[in-house]
Amino acid sequence: MTTPIATDAMYRNDEGMGIWEHRGKVAAVGVGHAPTARRWDGRPETCVGAISIQALRQAIADAGVAPDQIDGLVVVRETTTGAFWEEGKPLPMDVIQSFQQTDDPLDGIAKLSAEWLLANMPELSNVKFTMYGPGCMSNALNVTAQAVGDGLAHTCLVVKSWHNFEGRYYQGGANAGDALPGTPAITQLWGGPASYSTALQFAEYCRKYGKTHEMMAPFMENSRRNGLRFPEGYWAQHRPEELGPEDYLASRWIAKPANLFDNDIPIMMSGAYLFSTAERAADMKQKPVYILNHASSNTRPRSLLPTLDEVEDDTARTGRKIYEGAGITADDLSFENMYDGFSLFHQFHLEGLGFRGIKFGEALDFYATDISIEGPNPVSPSGGNVGSGRSRVWMHTDCIQQLQGRAGERQVTGVTPEVAVSGGPMPLGGNFTVWSASPD
Amino acid sequence: MAKQGVVPDSLSQPFWDAANEERLVIQYCLDCDQLQHPPGDTCRGCSKGDELEWKTVSGRGTIYNYGVVHDCPVRLLQQDQPFNLAVIMLEEDPGIQMFSHLPGVPVDDVPVGAAVEVIFEPSANGQLVPEWRVVAD
Repeated sequence: MTTPIATDAMYRNDEGMGIWEHRGKVAAVGVGHAPTARRWDGRPETCVGAISIQALRQAIADAGVAPDQIDGLVVVRETTTGAFWEEGKPLPMDVIQSFQQTDDPLDGIAKLSAEWLLANMPELSNVKFTMYGPGCMSNALNVTAQAVGDGLAHTCLVVKSWHNFEGRYYQGGANAGDALPGTPAITQLWGGPASYSTALQFAEYCRKYGKTHEMMAPFMENSRRNGLRFPEGYWAQHRPEELGPEDYLASRWIAKPANLFDNDIPIMMSGAYLFSTAERAADMKQKPVYILNHASSNTRPRSLLPTLDEVEDDTARTGRKIYEGAGITADDLSFENMYDGFSLFHQFHLEGLGFRGIKFGEALDFYATDISIEGPNPVSPSGGNVGSGRSRVWMHTDCIQQLQGRAGERQVTGVTPEVAVSGGPMPLGGNFTVWSASPD
Repeated sequence: MAKQGVVPDSLSQPFWDAANEERLVIQYCLDCDQLQHPPGDTCRGCSKGDELEWKTVSGRGTIYNYGVVHDCPVRLLQQDQPFNLAVIMLEEDPGIQMFSHLPGVPVDDVPVGAAVEVIFEPSANGQLVPEWRVVAD
C-alpha cells in the first residue's frame, strides 16, 4: 500500500460551497498524547515513531474502540520544520533495528510514514485507507473529516508528531554554507528568521492601527496560564512558569518586533485523534464532538511576503468560509482556538473570524478585557503553542476536550461550550475545523 | 554585510547575470502583463510557462516595511547582528517586493516610505547581489 497525499478534492478552499455535505455526520471521539520533551534523547522508546505509536494507542483506548475496528489512518509525514538530520551524520542503528523499517532508515526518527506506523502497530490489521495531510494536524484533520464523511473510512486515526534534535532550528544545511543555489538565494540571502514575515505584518498592523507590542502581554500571559493547565503540554510537564508582562516584554528579540516568547519552543511531541461516523461514535466511550465544517485557505502572497492587506482580505474570507459551511455565525462561537505559533498573528485569525464582533485593528484592545477561561470571551483556552510548545495540535485537543466537558482545570466556565473553531497555521494558507457538542 | 555566495540555477540565471551587469531584471508574464517575483517556472496568475520573460526595471522603489534581525539562522550574517531587514516595493509595481539590508541606515532607524535605489554588492563568491540605499532628499 502506497499512501497518497491528499488532493485538492479533500479540502474546502472556496467561498460559495454552501453547507458542508457531511455537516454533523463525522465526529471526533478519542484523544491521545505522548509525553513531551525538549529534545530527543536518542533512545528507541522516545523517537518520533515510538511516541506516535504511544499517542495513537492512547487515542484508540480513549475512544474505547477495538484496534481491528479501525479502517483508516491519516498521517502528517513531516515531523519538523527546521530540525533536520544532518547530511553525513551516522544513522542510529540501535534505534533503526528496534523497529520494523521501511525503505527509509530515518522513517520514525526524522519523519513518519503511514507504512512505518502500520508495520509497527500490528494491531491495526484492518486499515484499508491511508492518506497524508501535509504539514500540520490542521490539514490532516480536514482530510480525516472529509475521508470519513465520504465513506473512505468509517473509523479513522489521525496523528501529528514532532521531533527535535540537538542544535538550533534552521541553522544547519544551506544556512551554514558559504553559497546558496540561485533561486532560493533570491529570498534566503538576507537571513530572515522564521518569524520575520509575521513580525513585519505585526509591525504594519501596529503602524496602521496605532498599537504596540506591549499590548500583546495580556494574550501571552493568558495563553501561558491556560497552557499550565494543559497536563499534556511541554510547559506544564517541564517548566511550570507563568509568563507575566515583565518577563514577556524583557525577553530578547528574535526579529524585532517578534521576541523570544513570540516564537514557540520546539519540542518532541505527538498528538492523535480517533474520528468516526456520527452513528458509530454514539456507541464509543467518550462523548462525540461533531464536525460542522472544515475550511481551507490556499492563498499565496503576490510577492515575497504577505502584506497586511493580503492578510486581512484572506482571514476575512476564511472566516466567511468557516461560517458558511458550518451554517453558523460568529455569535455561535463559544470560544476560539486559532493558531498562535507565532503569537503575533493570532489577532489576524481572531479579527478574520469577527470573534465577539471585533473588527480589524481591535484585537489587541480586546486582549486587555477578560479573555480568560472563566470569562465570557475565552481566547485560546488551549493556551496554544505559546502555552504548551510547538505542536500545532493543542488547539484541536482543547476544542474536543472542552466540548466533551473534560478539559479539567482548563474547562471554560464563563460560557457553555457548544461550538468552537480551531486551525492554522498561517493567516494565508491554513486549515480550519468547526467543532460542535451537537450534530445539529 | 558579507552575504553567502550565489550559484545561479537555470531558473534564476537571467536574474543573476543581469545583477553582474548591475541591472535589475524581474520576471514578467506577457499574457497577464504582470511582474512576478520571486521567479517561477510558470506564471502564478495564468499558470503558463511559455509567456514568461525577464524585464529590466528602473531600480527605484520605496521602503515598505522592516524588522530588525537579532537571531539570524544564516551563519555568515550572524557576526553582523542586529541588522535591518527591509522590504522594498518597486516603483513599477508596488506589489513586487525585494529584500534589503539597507546599507548605511542605522539599526532600527529605518525611514519607512522613503525612496530607495538599487545598488549591487559582491557576495562571498563575487556574484553581485541587488541591495538598496536610501535616496537623499
